[in-house]
Amino acid sequence: MKNIKTLMFALLISAVAFNCSNDDDATPQVVNSIDFSGTYSQDDQMARPAINTVFVSSANKNTFNTTVPSAQGAAFQSEFETKLLALNPGYTTNALGWDAPTFTGALATDVLTVSLDGTTTFFDGTNVLTGRALADDVISVELLLIFGGPTGADNPGLTDDNVDSNDKAFSSSFPYLASPW
Amino acid sequence: MKKLKILLGASAVAVAGFFMVAADHIDAPAVSGGTSDITDFYAFQGEDSDNIAFVANVQGLLSPTASASAAFDENVLVEINIDTNGDAIQDMVIQAIPRDGKMYVFGPFASSSTNLNSTVNFSASSTVVDITPYGDSAITATSDAGVIAFAGPRDDPFFMDFARYGEIIGGTATSFNDPGSDTFAGSNVMSIVIEVPKTLIGGSGNINTWVETKSK
Repeated sequence: MKNIKTLMFALLISAVAFNCSNDDDATPQVVNSIDFSGTYSQDDQMARPAINTVFVSSANKNTFNTTVPSAQGAAFQSEFETKLLALNPGYTTNALGWDAPTFTGALATDVLTVSLDGTTTFFDGTNVLTGRALADDVISVELLLIFGGPTGADNPGLTDDNVDSNDKAFSSSFPYLASPW
Repeated sequence: MKKLKILLGASAVAVAGFFMVAADHIDAPAVSGGTSDITDFYAFQGEDSDNIAFVANVQGLLSPTASASAAFDENVLVEINIDTNGDAIQDMVIQAIPRDGKMYVFGPFASSSTNLNSTVNFSASSTVVDITPYGDSAITATSDAGVIAFAGPRDDPFFMDFARYGEIIGGTATSFNDPGSDTFAGSNVMSIVIEVPKTLIGGSGNINTWVETKSK
């Protein structure tokens, strides 16, 4: 039995070795021999772009990063609303029709909603908050929702940072991100 | 506009001081610039529309020189959380942790813990991929379950005139420039890309997702 197991293991290894180039396959034996022990404690957390940056005071950023999303609304909605009105004192609603409590209530629970049924995008003119694609100009979307008012026409100098694409083209194939500089 | 500047005064110094980051790039003192510092998170339909690709980026603003020696930290666990029933509590988790030049991706597996502490679920279905060295073509791996993985340095996909944003918040500018200047042009990040079949994460409808880094 032992010889057969050794032989099978050797055949498995050689099969992997010949198949190595760009496509590795995991073998359970490899995982079981590695030390993954220990307890890992939360450092950082993120869902939607720039939320902690824009809405959370520096004193509270560490806390925001270690508050689970289901608890973030209660803990941070009020601070988010205060910050929104400090950024845009004239805020009434935005292009999605949300008043300040509604908008900040949605933002304070920092999760990214993703549709499994179709187009995934932060905003493409039609689809709203169905994911976040690499080419989405998320910053201009967020600036528009913060500063643009009900029609998007308010504060024209603040609703678009006029950087609308990445410095390198993305790939349509995995892993999608461009090679490094 | 003057009123806006006065109102922003208190936060202006703090934000201007944390000049050099965004998306989540600008981050809290506890993680800023370190190996557990998340810069960005994306989730989108894959080239195969039956899949969702998750991108978790850490260690931002890497120059080309710094990228050559940058490495994922073996003491940092990256967790992608997936909530399938809309209560902002995860129902599934994908874990990614490096060991000896390879990225080990576990899951998606069922988990509903809101604990800020985690252990690695190394008995879960796994996908193992060699971490792509700086300058090499992207190395990828696909598990029997159809999970595809990549880990390594990439061009930072984030783009924003963050310098100008800081000036506006700091009161030294009143509007964005047109055209703007991408503060992140020419910089890299350490990136983990994991593509999973939709059938493994609920199949249909909406999910909520977020990424965490945990360290020991």
